[in-house]
Amino acid sequence: MKITSVEIDHLAELSNFSLSEQEKQNLGQDLENIIGYISQLDELDTKDVEPTYQVFEMENVWREDEILPQETDRDGLLALAPDAQDYQIKVPKVL
Amino acid sequence: MKIADKNTSAYSLVSDALEKAEKYKDYNIFISLDKEGALQKAKIIDEKIKNKEKVGRLAGVPFAIKDNFLSPAGNTTAASKILEPLKSPITATSVKKLEDEGAIVIGRTNLDSFAHGSSTENSYFGPTLNAHDKTRVSGGSSGGSAVAVALDIVPFATGTDTGGSIRQPASFNGVYGFKPTYGTISRYGVVAMASSTDCIGFFAKNPEDIDLLMSITSGQDPKDMTTLPDYYNKDGRENAAVAGAASEPHDDAISESHNATSESLPTAGPHTIGIINDFDTDSLDSDIRAALDSQIDALQKAGHKIVRLDMPTLKYALAVYYIVVPAEIASNLSRHDGIRYGYRSKDARTLDEVYGKSRSEGFMPENKRRIMIGNFVLSSGFYDAYYLKAEQARTLIIKEYEKAFSKCDFILTPVSPNPAFKLGEKTSDPVAMYLEDVMSVPLNLAGLPGLAIPVAKNKDGLSIGLQLVGPRRSDKALLEFAKSIKKEGE
Repeated sequence: MKITSVEIDHLAELSNFSLSEQEKQNLGQDLENIIGYISQLDELDTKDVEPTYQVFEMENVWREDEILPQETDRDGLLALAPDAQDYQIKVPKVL
Repeated sequence: MKIADKNTSAYSLVSDALEKAEKYKDYNIFISLDKEGALQKAKIIDEKIKNKEKVGRLAGVPFAIKDNFLSPAGNTTAASKILEPLKSPITATSVKKLEDEGAIVIGRTNLDSFAHGSSTENSYFGPTLNAHDKTRVSGGSSGGSAVAVALDIVPFATGTDTGGSIRQPASFNGVYGFKPTYGTISRYGVVAMASSTDCIGFFAKNPEDIDLLMSITSGQDPKDMTTLPDYYNKDGRENAAVAGAASEPHDDAISESHNATSESLPTAGPHTIGIINDFDTDSLDSDIRAALDSQIDALQKAGHKIVRLDMPTLKYALAVYYIVVPAEIASNLSRHDGIRYGYRSKDARTLDEVYGKSRSEGFMPENKRRIMIGNFVLSSGFYDAYYLKAEQARTLIIKEYEKAFSKCDFILTPVSPNPAFKLGEKTSDPVAMYLEDVMSVPLNLAGLPGLAIPVAKNKDGLSIGLQLVGPRRSDKALLEFAKSIKKEGE
């Protein structure tokens, strides 16, 4: 399967990457090889087979909300942010 | 591993480990060491022993953690630029349980960035070298942890195994490496890769130590809803049946066949061991084939029975894996956006540039490939042909294992088709690198436990490992069997 530059741009956008032209070329070739490999799954008959997303077939378990002590607090979490001010995480202008 | 009653101190064990870590610096095993913190903790343990206070089962034992386990000691980088600044305020449940028993982290080991790889060459901090040949790879993704144990720097180290990342480097460096049943050990506080196959496990020099580590770290964690009720520390047979019935009410086929397998699992030998015919291909290294044959002979001499298995669906497991896992990676790694923690690009002027540039500069090429493949197989127009189809194939793989375990107790296979390869040999060909995982990924897709055991060395002195695979929740019996194999070999 041929991966066009339009498709690479689309996948880069879905992945939130801003890629250089050189990177796009390299990734395009790699992706084509990988997709070529995984496409061998076409041979396998999976008609009417149920998919398995999770091996133990778990389902949601509900409980009441409760407030518990945590290992860290607001200051501890804000300290992780690359840029913060007045208890807010700072980002460039959005609008 | 308990040292309380031995003629040594936690301080001398920890300082020995730190000295060795320094001595083997050229192997690039550690991303960071916590010298001061580790020695301080050792002093506290020694004080407790001196005062005859109660200490844990691992009191004073130094260990290493793969650098994708969160803890406030050092930065958790996941061997990436994007997480390089991350100093976590929280501790992974598994690390906390080990520390509560008195074990002391001396440092954080190298890995393929975000555990994406099979050689530790995809690390932002450069490759870790093989313990037996510095021109060869350590395997991956948990390469640093494997080499730390192989060179006797620490008696054990943690790893993560999503498709072979513990078993393959264990095999490349001649140590034991265990990937438990999916859900046995809490994943809370470990950098997520693929949530439906990620497992926490260990490297050690013998199955006895792994057994102890499993009994300490197994069990349910309210912070990881996928953890199973603790079956490991109870009677295997009885509990497997109970837990199987309780947690698998919607899949009678899996539940019943699993229980049947568990009940037929003898706690003591002789066992019936399955050998997978489909893994005996032209690409299998002849020394590895010979090691498998000689292990089969030894098992038969010890009274175990061998059965040959045809498992034709397993040849599709690698394709299934490289669809399902990238899909989950694309989803899990979307959180790394340069906003709340980690690296933010310095030249981002708009919000979109913060995302785009931070991610492009912060991820390694293999991270990008996997994220883009994941978004490809999940995107409209391709979802049914790739993602859905792969999850259907996964059901067929699980059924094939169930059928196999109705004929045998454990399965014995190679870990990888070849021993440790040369540095740089496969870095320019992602598919060749993926083929390294062809024998290790199938059991991750089915949630089964697998143990890499070191069995031989080839003429170049490279380690050869084999892996033992059991049904879900057979972890205890699997390790007991490995202990008996080790004794028979002595």
